[in-house]
Amino acid sequence: MGTLVEEIFSRRAGRPVRAGEIVLLDVDYIMSHDNTTPLAIKAFREIGKPVRNVDQIVIHFDHAYPAPNLLAAENQQKILRFIREQGIRHFYHRGVCHQVMIEEGFVRPGGVVIGADSHTVTYGALGCFSTGLGSSEIGAAWITGKCWFRTPETILIRLEGRTAPGVYSKDVMLYLAGLLGMDGATYRALEFEGSYIRNLPVHERLVFSNMSVELGAKCGLIAPDEVTIQYLMRETRARPPFDLFAAEHPRYERVVELDVSTLEPQVACHPDVDQVKPLREVEGLPIDEVYIGTCTNARYEDLEIAAGIFRGKQVHRFTRVLVTPASQTIYEKAMANGLIEVFLQAGCTVNAPGCGACLGRHGGVLAPGERAFTTMNRNFIGRMGSPEAEIYLGSPAAAAATALEGCIADPRKYL
Amino acid sequence: MGRVWKFGENLNTDEIIPARFNITIDERELAAKAFCEIRPDFAQQVQPGDVIVAGGNFGCGSSREHAAVAIRGTGVKCIIAPSFARIFFRNAINIGLPILECPQATEIEEGDEVEVDLSRGEIHNLTQGKVYHTNALPDFVLKIVHAGGLVRFLREHDIEELMA
Repeated sequence: MGTLVEEIFSRRAGRPVRAGEIVLLDVDYIMSHDNTTPLAIKAFREIGKPVRNVDQIVIHFDHAYPAPNLLAAENQQKILRFIREQGIRHFYHRGVCHQVMIEEGFVRPGGVVIGADSHTVTYGALGCFSTGLGSSEIGAAWITGKCWFRTPETILIRLEGRTAPGVYSKDVMLYLAGLLGMDGATYRALEFEGSYIRNLPVHERLVFSNMSVELGAKCGLIAPDEVTIQYLMRETRARPPFDLFAAEHPRYERVVELDVSTLEPQVACHPDVDQVKPLREVEGLPIDEVYIGTCTNARYEDLEIAAGIFRGKQVHRFTRVLVTPASQTIYEKAMANGLIEVFLQAGCTVNAPGCGACLGRHGGVLAPGERAFTTMNRNFIGRMGSPEAEIYLGSPAAAAATALEGCIADPRKYL
Repeated sequence: MGRVWKFGENLNTDEIIPARFNITIDERELAAKAFCEIRPDFAQQVQPGDVIVAGGNFGCGSSREHAAVAIRGTGVKCIIAPSFARIFFRNAINIGLPILECPQATEIEEGDEVEVDLSRGEIHNLTQGKVYHTNALPDFVLKIVHAGGLVRFLREHDIEELMA
């Protein structure tokens, strides 16, 4: 009974839970990566108690992997010592943590997963409550296997209709970011539903849950359905039985309704994710770097869209074009189906799966005065390197069109 | 009594501490880079006991606890804002860095002298001669704050005692 988050919390707590209540819940998995694990280890050591269940711990190397400098290398060496010392089995360096969490089967409808990364909210599109926390809580959860949550009020986003060609879930989500603002859902849960969502494949649904945190949300949920189950069976190691559930007699704090059929391609402009405009208003703005990557938009289908636009063409000679598949699995499939060849022949640089450029660590750092167009989820000042650089966000199709022209370009003419 | 350092709204964790400095967990090193790009004089001039006052949604963006640790490392006694991004809120509480949600925070000016009474949730603005009453923290959150953070709480207690 209740909203999706109330439903998941109630099932987990074994009693009806309503918005506003504080609950202490058992979590399924506790995720962290090379950037956030060291502080978790520090907290763990300071508490000084043993790990509750080592198989709940999942550690990824993705934020600066392979290590771009000595400090990062030493950092990873320390984490590896901890992994060996504790006998942690779930250790991955196969790409962006959130994509790998899904592929490896840690994400299930009705699950509860916490992670030391703000984009842990990504799993919500599969009906899994997941949220980002700081490192101390991760270190604490290794010991307790539990986490406290204030059950959030929910904002329902009802999306109807079908998007026009050249308009993707990224454009819809950016539009919503502009509408609600970057604190429009602080402390709240977002729930996405409507005919648009029901007909949407999971790789596009994931964009909504992933970017929920950019509006301040604790989670971004979509009710699990047949589409979810088929995706889990086809693309991940998760296996039945799967829990299917829906919101029942929910009470929403607010309902936002949108007909997506009239939307055109959108861009979030420097310097905030809610500075959203129709792409045509910034068309022609010169771009120094195009980055197709990250936990938002570097899945196989995203790469396929970009490759379709690049095929037989050359990217602009003064624009660095970086393609970073979200995971090794995606990289492999892109290779097998000839997408990587298309990228290379078009003059793109294909990077190893990981997060590097998204947080200005390596593999695409921006110089002062440079401007990037990327498929990322946030465009904070200094995010990709110099604080004097600018970041624009859009869909993979818009990024590919922009790469060809060296300035922000409408993808619809290349479809 | 502390001097106010005033910041705007939607201050994100990249502005508090850029990702490239997160390769250390040393509190003093992190503190030296706090706000380095948006306010280069901050880390040099901030005094222990000073207070940060900001607009809403303070600490949005990444989950990096380094941001809260960097601020604690500067000796800042308390952060006051109309609202906090949720992960930053938890991080600050978990490391024992007091934060106060105060809708009138925007009235407080740069350089004001304020006195903060955490147990009563009161902010005395000595410069302007005003008193603000803040939203009280929930009891179980106060348990963490009073213990000096989550790590210290869990050293002495089981997590179930939070809910007791």
